[in-house]
Amino acid sequence: MSIKKHVKLGLSALALSISFNSVAAEDPIKVGILHSLSGTMAISESTLKDTMLMLIEKQNEAGGVLGRQLEPVVVDPASNWPLFAEKARELLAKEEVDVIFGNWTSVSRKSVLPVVEELNGLLFYPVQYEGEESSENVFYTGAAPNQQAIPAVDYLMNDIGVERWVLAGTDYVYPRTTNKILETYLKDKGVAADDIMINYTPFGHSNWQSIVSDIKKFGSAGKKTAVVSTINGDANVPFYRELGNQGIDAADIPVVAFSVGEQELSGIDTGPLVGHLAAWNYFMSVDSDANYDFIDAWVEYTGQEDAVTNDPMEAHYIGFNMYIEAVKKAGTVDVDAVKDAIIGVSVPNLTGGYATMMPNHHITKPVLIGEIQDNGQFSVVWETPSTVAGDAWSDFLPGSKDLISDWRKPLFCGNFNVVSGTCGGKAEVASQ
Amino acid sequence: MGIIRSLSPLLVVCFLLWPALTQAQVEDTEAQQLLTALAESSFKEKKDVVNRIAGSGDERARGWLEAFASNKLGRIESSGQFIIVLENRGRDWTVESALTRENLGEVSRRDIDTIRVNNALRNELEGILSVIDLKSPDEDNRLSAARALKGSVDDTLAERLPELIDAEESESVQAALTEALAIYRVEEQGDVAAVATLSGSLNSEARAALQQAMRSDDPQLVSAAQAAMKSIEQKLKLNRAAETLYFGLSLGSVLVLAAIGLAITFGVMGVINMAHGELIMLGAYTTWGMQQLLPGQPGLALVLSIPAGFLVAALAGIAIERSVIQHLKGRPLETLLATFGVSLILQQLVRTVISPLNRTVITPDWMSGSVMINEALSLTLNRMYVIGFALVVFAGLMLIMRKTRLGLEVRAVTQNRAMARSMGIKATKVDILTFGLGSGVAGLAGVALSQITNVGPNLGQSYIIDSFMVVVFGGVGNLWGTLLAGLSLGTINQLLEPWAGAVLAKILVLVLIILFIQKRPKGLFPQKGRAAEG
Repeated sequence: MSIKKHVKLGLSALALSISFNSVAAEDPIKVGILHSLSGTMAISESTLKDTMLMLIEKQNEAGGVLGRQLEPVVVDPASNWPLFAEKARELLAKEEVDVIFGNWTSVSRKSVLPVVEELNGLLFYPVQYEGEESSENVFYTGAAPNQQAIPAVDYLMNDIGVERWVLAGTDYVYPRTTNKILETYLKDKGVAADDIMINYTPFGHSNWQSIVSDIKKFGSAGKKTAVVSTINGDANVPFYRELGNQGIDAADIPVVAFSVGEQELSGIDTGPLVGHLAAWNYFMSVDSDANYDFIDAWVEYTGQEDAVTNDPMEAHYIGFNMYIEAVKKAGTVDVDAVKDAIIGVSVPNLTGGYATMMPNHHITKPVLIGEIQDNGQFSVVWETPSTVAGDAWSDFLPGSKDLISDWRKPLFCGNFNVVSGTCGGKAEVASQ
Repeated sequence: MGIIRSLSPLLVVCFLLWPALTQAQVEDTEAQQLLTALAESSFKEKKDVVNRIAGSGDERARGWLEAFASNKLGRIESSGQFIIVLENRGRDWTVESALTRENLGEVSRRDIDTIRVNNALRNELEGILSVIDLKSPDEDNRLSAARALKGSVDDTLAERLPELIDAEESESVQAALTEALAIYRVEEQGDVAAVATLSGSLNSEARAALQQAMRSDDPQLVSAAQAAMKSIEQKLKLNRAAETLYFGLSLGSVLVLAAIGLAITFGVMGVINMAHGELIMLGAYTTWGMQQLLPGQPGLALVLSIPAGFLVAALAGIAIERSVIQHLKGRPLETLLATFGVSLILQQLVRTVISPLNRTVITPDWMSGSVMINEALSLTLNRMYVIGFALVVFAGLMLIMRKTRLGLEVRAVTQNRAMARSMGIKATKVDILTFGLGSGVAGLAGVALSQITNVGPNLGQSYIIDSFMVVVFGGVGNLWGTLLAGLSLGTINQLLEPWAGAVLAKILVLVLIILFIQKRPKGLFPQKGRAAEG
C-alpha cells in the first residue's frame, strides 16, 4: 500500500512539474464575461453571454491566439448595479482576467467604470448608449447617438417628411440624454417647441392606453407625426400591442425605436406592427455571407432553429475579433500594449463591411433603418452610404460640443476641450 | 393622405373597370420585364413600376402587388426566377413561382432576394388595392375601402362617386362614400351644402376639411363650418370622457384581478404573502404551457388555461402554506421575509428551468383589435374581456364566501379560531382550502394578464405592490372594498395620467393613499364589530 502511495505521489508530482513547465506557453488567456444571468436584465444579457462562449469556442477550435487557448470566466452580477462593480473587481483582482466583455445598461457601466480604471482592465461594452463618456480602459462597440438616433431622425425628416415629433422613453439616463440631444437637434432644424411632445414612463410600464391615445391626438393635427422611441426592454411589448389595438399603423404614425430588436420582437405577434421602424447597425435580415454564416453558427450553437441574432451580438462579434487582432498585433495580452495596438484595427462586420477602432475608443458602423415585417424580422429601407465613426461627445449638447477624445499619445485625453486647449480631467457633462 | 390623388386619372378609371380587364394575362416575357424592373429600381422608381404593373391588367398583378406589399415578393438569386414567399420563418422559406403559382418547396434564405418595400410604397399599394376593393362583392371589404377613401378622393374619382353611391346597396358603405365625397367638396370646392353632411362627423379628415373651410374668405362657408365644428367638438368631448372612463375601468379591473386573491389570503387570513405575484406569474406561464400543448388553437388553450391556471397556482399556494407559512403563524414579520424568499426562489426557478426570456403568449383572434363605437371611440377587445373576466371572478368569489359551507367556515375561523374549532370546524383544513382558493384566484389573474402584458419571470414583481395597495385601500378583509378600491384607483390613475405623465400619476396616487390611510387607517370599508378586534 505504501509503495502504491509513493508511486501515486511521484506520478502526481511528475504531472505537476509537466504542467508547470508548460505554463509559460500554454497558460490560457482569460476572458471575463460580465453579463446578468438572473434578475430583470437576464432577458437581454444572457444571450450575450452565450454569444461570447460561442465566439471563444470557435476561436479555440481555430487554434486560439498566440498559440494560447482562451478560457471564459463567467460571473453573474444579477442585474444589480453595485454588484457589477464587485464582480468586475473579482474578475480583475482575483481571477486576473485579461479582458472583460460585459454590461448592458448605462448605469451598470457607470458602476464598473471606476473599478476598470483603477485596476487597469479592458472592458468591451456592446450596447448602444447615450455617449458623453470616454475612458482609457473601455471600448464602446455599440452605437453612440450620432450612429443611431441622429441618422434615424434625419431619415424621418427628409425621406418621410415628418414635422411633428413624439419623443417617448423610459425614465433613466439613456433616454433622457438621447432625447435632450434630439430636442436640441430638432430645434436647430427649425422644429417649433409645440411640435415636440416628450413623454417618460417608468421601467416595465404596462398600461399604455392613455399615452397611446395622447399620441393619437397629438398626431391628428394635420402634420405628419412620428414617434421616436427609447422605451426600454419589457415595456415595449404592451406598448406595441396597444398601438396595434388602437389601430395606429405605420402609415399614419410611424414609430422608430432604438431599443427594439429581433429579440424583443420574438415576444410579440408582429402582424399589426408591420412598417414601424428601428434604427440599428445590424439586422438579422442583412443579406451578406458573413451574416448567414454567423446565423448558422448561432443556430447550431443554441440548438434552436428559431434562435434570433441582434445588434449587441454583432457588437460583441466585432469587439471580440478586434481584441484578437490587437493581441496578435501587440504579440502579448499586456493591457497597455493591447490598448495601443487596438486603435486603427479593422475587422469585418456582419453587414458586409469593415469596422475600425477609432482613437476615441468608439468604432465605425453603418447605420441601417429597418421596417418591421410580419415574421418578426426587419427589412432594411435605408442605410448610410458609408460607415459613420462614433462620436463620444455630442455636438448638440452645450457642455460637450467642444470636447474631443483621443487616446493616442501625445494627446491621450478622453475629454480634450478644443476651445480652451486643456484636458478636462474626468468631468462628466451631460449625464448628471 | 393624397394616396389616390397621386395616381394618374387614367389609372383610376382603369381600376374602376378592373373586373372587365382582369381576364387578360400579359405575356410571360412582359411580366418578367415588369418584375425585373420592380426588383432593380430604387424606391422612387418603384412607384412608377407598381402603377405599370397595376395598369397591365394582368390577373396575377393583384397577387404580385399584395405579396410585394407584405415583403413576400422575391427572386431566387441563382436562377433569377421570381417567387412569392409563402412561409418566411426560419432559415428555409417555402416559396411558389410568381408567374405560374407552382409550389417550389423550401429554398434557403441565402438564395432569396426579397424585393424591398417601404411605408410610402405600401401606402401607394393600399390606395390601389382599396380602389379595386370598392368593386368587391364582400361588404366589409367595400366598407373599409370606402373609409380609406376619406380625405383622399381626387377629381376623377369624385366625378364617378355619385354614380357609385347610387349603385351601392349597403347603407353604411353609402354613408362612408357620401362623407368621403363631402370632404372632397368642402376641401376643394368650398361647397356650403356639403358642410351640413360633415356636421357631427367624428372623422379626423372631416375635421381637417372643416378647419380649412373656417379659414376661407366666404363668410357663409365660415359660419356654416364653425357651427358644424361646434357640434363635433361637443361630441368629441363626450367621447374622450367615455374613453378615459374605459381606460380607468380596464386598469382598475387588472388591479382588482391581481389583488382579489390577496384580499383572501391577506385580507381574510391575515397572511402577508410576498409570493403572491409569483403565483400570478405561474398562472400566466400555465397559459403559455397550454398553448405549447395545443399548437394552432390559441383560443381553446386560453379557455382551458382558466381551470388549469387555477389548479397550478392553488397547488403551489398550498405547498407554500404547508411548507412555510403554517410554521410561522402569528409572526407576520417572519412570514413576510420567508415568503419574500419564496418569491425569489420561484422567479429564479422559472428563469433556470424555462428561460430568462419572455415567452410569447398568442392572443386569439377574437380577443385582438377593437370594437369601433364611432370614429373617435373604439374600445380595445382584450381589455374588455379582462373587465368582464374580473367581474365574473369577483362574483364567483362572493358566492363562495357568502353561500357555501367553505365560506361560512372561513368566516368562522377568521373571526374566532378557538371558538370555531370547539364547534367542530377543522381549522387546519380551512386554512389550506382558503390559502388554496386565494392562490388559485391569483393564477386566474395570471391567465388574464398573459393577454395584456409580458409573460416573463418578472411578471409578478410588477403587481405585488399594487395588489397590497388595493387591499389596504379597500379595507382589509372586505371583498367589496377591494373591488371598489381597484376600480377607483385605476380611474384616478388614468384621469391624472394625461396631464401629469405616467411617472407623476403613479406618485400622486401613492400620496393620495397615504393621506387617505392617515385619515381612515382601516381603509374604505373597515370591518366593524368584534371581528375587527381580533
